[in-house]
Amino acid sequence: MIENASDPGLYDPAPARRRFTWPGGKTVAVWVAPNLEYYEIDPPPHPRRKAWTRPHPDVVGYGHRDHSNRVSHWRMADVMTRHGFPGSVSLSVALCQHHPEVVADANARGWEFFSHGIYNTRYAYDMAEEQERAIIEDSIATVREATGQTIRGWLAPALTHTPRTLDLIAEYGLDYTCDLYHDDQVQPVHTRSGRLVSIPYSLEVNDHYGFFVYNMSGRDYAETLIRQFERLAQEPGSVMCIPLHAYLIGQPHRIGPFEQALKHIAGDGRAWIATAGEIVDAWKAGQ
Amino acid sequence: MLDPAYLHYPHRRHGYDHDLYDWSALHQRPPLTWPKGSVAVWICVSLEYFPILPTDKPFRAPGHMQTAYPDFRHYTARDYGNRIGAWRFLEALSTAGATASFATNAAVAERLPDLLAAVQTGGHEVIAHSTDMNGTIDATLGQDAERALITETRDRLADCGVQPDGWLSIARSQSFHTADLLVEAGYRYACDWVNDELPYRFRNGLINLPLNHELSDRQIITVQQQSADSWAQSLEDAFDWLAAEAAATNCARMLPIHITPYIMGLPYRIAAFERLLARLAARSECWFAPGGAIVDAFVAQEAE
Repeated sequence: MIENASDPGLYDPAPARRRFTWPGGKTVAVWVAPNLEYYEIDPPPHPRRKAWTRPHPDVVGYGHRDHSNRVSHWRMADVMTRHGFPGSVSLSVALCQHHPEVVADANARGWEFFSHGIYNTRYAYDMAEEQERAIIEDSIATVREATGQTIRGWLAPALTHTPRTLDLIAEYGLDYTCDLYHDDQVQPVHTRSGRLVSIPYSLEVNDHYGFFVYNMSGRDYAETLIRQFERLAQEPGSVMCIPLHAYLIGQPHRIGPFEQALKHIAGDGRAWIATAGEIVDAWKAGQ
Repeated sequence: MLDPAYLHYPHRRHGYDHDLYDWSALHQRPPLTWPKGSVAVWICVSLEYFPILPTDKPFRAPGHMQTAYPDFRHYTARDYGNRIGAWRFLEALSTAGATASFATNAAVAERLPDLLAAVQTGGHEVIAHSTDMNGTIDATLGQDAERALITETRDRLADCGVQPDGWLSIARSQSFHTADLLVEAGYRYACDWVNDELPYRFRNGLINLPLNHELSDRQIITVQQQSADSWAQSLEDAFDWLAAEAAATNCARMLPIHITPYIMGLPYRIAAFERLLARLAARSECWFAPGGAIVDAFVAQEAE
């Protein structure tokens, strides 16, 4: 990016929208992005952002997120598997150490992993270049050792960046970023080197937004996903992401309506259900 | 440049980054059964007394005074729950044939002996819920003051004739010492950690009975601003899911329903609660049970 410019120069300002179809003639590529995270109970302070709103231990904040790794990951994953949706995992890579059982389950389901930082309680703001390189190298090595996969994408930990983030992940050979929300299509990103693209991560239909920004019920959120899908399916070449957290969508009052939304999308016929990497590859092949 | 220590991870290891409890995945545990049905419906009512003088140490409880002193508006609206709403709950529970837990401030037990008696004669369980709504806990309170608060609560409730074996912290907020102090004070279980859907043990022997905060009337109605009907619909959706999961896995499940007299006990909301209870009571999978009965069932099977 261009530092200290009003336009950071991440991409061409005028949208280069094309109408095209995905493999099988499908109009919309749909990917599901479960965030498999580890939040620390007593993380060190960061000068720009508090990890928890309450003094440590933030029992409700920590316990709520821990629900993913004890209960709701499997509930969410089973529903996805039942309707043919693989996950493209936004992974706090330290989960590979803390709860390898969760990571192994996702890997056994054939899910793809990209990095969401080391912990979701360690923020990238103000990192020096060598520090940011360290978390990228840590991510690549940790996921490779735990899963045999080489990460291809990045969603910054707790969405915290530096001006160098995109250049660095491109330099390390990563293919996609989930941090840019300017389009419903895959788009090229300007970087010093490499060939980075942005894939839509649809933050507005992230379950966290649904339940804690817009205060929806589980049924309202499921209806929101269906409306998002119905519109994007009319616009060939678009991408719909469903970004999830098991401790939210996997609660017993939400998972039933969510399953109905997945069933709707899977049964519609216009969706190409894929992983993030497959979507990026198909987009590049069509360039 | 961040402090180099910010990129050190001393607790990056298998299991948790703390020693309070061990990791375990619910779906891999030996199956539990209940005396009746497959879904324990645990209704937990908070009985809260908000002094008109908030102390704010260590923090101001949710629902506490909001205006400059004297805040007649919130003092009286909260007390409405104890005077009127709680009695509506007791009638509704009785009609449905349900018993529940009442998480009770010691001050409510002292101030409203008739209410306490009605809770007990209704077959419900009293669990401890601190002294009053100034009795909050977090890491800034200090261990001695926290111990004093927990024992004062126990002793004042004992003076009212109740010896609870369960504890609910205000706003589910604990320090790193709380679990040990609760065991020291003789409590068998606490309800603060929302990381699970069945009872489990802390390393020090305390049982955690998870009281889902996302399903509470406070979260769905007061925080998320949904209607009482939307709250009841969410609870029914949760019950349906858990009943199906119990049938598919042959393992019992639990639905915690945390309600507050000044929220769900209002005249225009109470019918939604009554309808929910009637629908649950009609389900063969439903076992209405106080927290202590659920803990008893868990402990009995743990020993097997």
